[in-house]
Amino acid sequence: MLTTDEHKKLLETARTIRHSIIDTTMKAGGAHIGGGLSMLDILVILYFKYLNIDPSNPDDPHRDRFILSKGHGAIGYVPTLAERGYFDKALLDTFNKFKSPFGMHPDSLKIKGCDASTGSLGHGLPMALGMALGAKMQKKDFNTYCIVGDGELNEGSNWEAAMAAAHHKADNLILFVDRNMQMIDGPVEQIMGLEPLADKWKAFGWETLEIDGHDMIELSKAIDYALEIKGKPTVLIAKTIKGKGVDFMEDQTKWHYGAIDSEKGKQAHLSVDKMYADLGI
Amino acid sequence: MSKKVTGTTWNVYDANKLTQAEIYGQVLCDLGDEHSEIVGLSADLAKSTKIGLFQEKFPERFVNVGIAEQNMFGIAAGMAKTGLKPFVSTMAVFASLRAAEQIRTDICYQKLNVKIIATHGGVAFASAGTTHQATEDIAIMRSFANMTVIVPADGIETAKAVKAAVKYPGPVYIRIGRGFEPSYYKDENYDFQIGKSIEIRQGTDITIIATGITVLQAAEAADFLAENDGLSVRVINIHTIKPIDKEAILKAVTETRRLLTVEEHSTIGGLGTAVADVIAESGKGCAFSKVGLQDEFAEIGYPEDLYAHYKLNADGIIENVREIMGKDFEEDDNWEDEY
Repeated sequence: MLTTDEHKKLLETARTIRHSIIDTTMKAGGAHIGGGLSMLDILVILYFKYLNIDPSNPDDPHRDRFILSKGHGAIGYVPTLAERGYFDKALLDTFNKFKSPFGMHPDSLKIKGCDASTGSLGHGLPMALGMALGAKMQKKDFNTYCIVGDGELNEGSNWEAAMAAAHHKADNLILFVDRNMQMIDGPVEQIMGLEPLADKWKAFGWETLEIDGHDMIELSKAIDYALEIKGKPTVLIAKTIKGKGVDFMEDQTKWHYGAIDSEKGKQAHLSVDKMYADLGI
Repeated sequence: MSKKVTGTTWNVYDANKLTQAEIYGQVLCDLGDEHSEIVGLSADLAKSTKIGLFQEKFPERFVNVGIAEQNMFGIAAGMAKTGLKPFVSTMAVFASLRAAEQIRTDICYQKLNVKIIATHGGVAFASAGTTHQATEDIAIMRSFANMTVIVPADGIETAKAVKAAVKYPGPVYIRIGRGFEPSYYKDENYDFQIGKSIEIRQGTDITIIATGITVLQAAEAADFLAENDGLSVRVINIHTIKPIDKEAILKAVTETRRLLTVEEHSTIGGLGTAVADVIAESGKGCAFSKVGLQDEFAEIGYPEDLYAHYKLNADGIIENVREIMGKDFEEDDNWEDEY
């Protein structure tokens, strides 16, 4: 559960990071900003409320783990790690540039706080399952969280892992599906339909919830619920909006990847401020 | 366990009755006692790959993922990230092809401590046909940055390689056979270091560079050629394909001037190519030939028939040595008759 104060702070943090994502995208010359923004509220509640982590001790063997399986979301993930204090925010200016630790897809050996290198889709969930099983084998009580994109679920390796996670009762694994309904070539349901998605996960043996991926209170209730589930993994199918917070990007397939000039940047910042002002933040 | 072999002080009395995979399984069991971080993974091949022996001894440290190799290598990467040392066993063809991207991107890119024991390497699973033979795996694995590739000569060397791999940082690919391939080594009393080849026959006329099951065949060929052709044949057991032992190769180039590589693999990208790279980059010429599968998928048959067909046995090696020895190499200024 979130206190009123926690809720407000999470929204403020999400606003700050959305501004940071816009600035970083402008300086980087382009980024996967649509999908970076769609999953951002999930990242914020994990990194600022739920993950048992300490940025000053990033390799603590008992820390909670997080894998961004949709690695192209690095433009949302890296500014979140910076805001959480893993590294200096000034470093974000190097994004995409020569010898930067940050490119379009995160590199765990270069980015402090990043638990897995990802980018090729369908790799994160198997690795997250390995971490979850590794915790059980070593009798460590950390949890592993993972975000997959909805389009990413076309990859068969996810379903290999889905089957294995339920079979091996990985109840220390919580998966989010960033259900933003868009992939590169168009709407997910047109390119390769996933529905009935919740039924698929249930049939694979997962505790399955469908939630609003931008509502911190709903996210919080769902994660609290998932943490109590024993004997099986939980998937939270989070309905999200691609480009959330930037009005001209929202639900637009073409904003899977894009560049922002200074004029568009101004508009984007104003749009984010307006969204939060409407929420009273 | 009926066929008891002891751990760190390897007792070989039964080695010739065990397959490479059985020896691997038993060595891993022994190492499991000393190393609590070792865990095992299988994709429905625990029995065939003999990692099942580890499973029997340490059921809580073993995961069977079903027939899902991509998931298995992803899980292994995740486990390694938590401090475990996963040993992953499957057939070489599935490791190197079905799960190639997981091995490259999840394991090698992140320099993870995952040890891959790939069984049924080469044409060992002969009658099973091309779907189950692995004749490209060395080429694939050696092209991945951070990967170490080892092809032990026999069961005894498999034991040594597995023990060395436990202590060796980063991903290691150990390629072994399937059945009762005869042993070259009689005991474990020799120095095995990853990356350091072993000269098992001294010689000055020609060098045979062999790996895996062809080591024994090359040794037998050398002995026969010494006795019958009066040839002084050097034989190098190059158990580590990557990092390749450049020093031994260059020494052979300058001292014997004729080289033959023999591998149970395609001649594209494997041992022969690795050796050719070293020779070419040195700028020193030598007569050189690669024995292996010549850009082809293998026939069906019993292993010994396939080894004979692809000239991987002693007879085939002898034939190739004689061919190289019969050619002129830098003996006069005529380039037309050069090897």
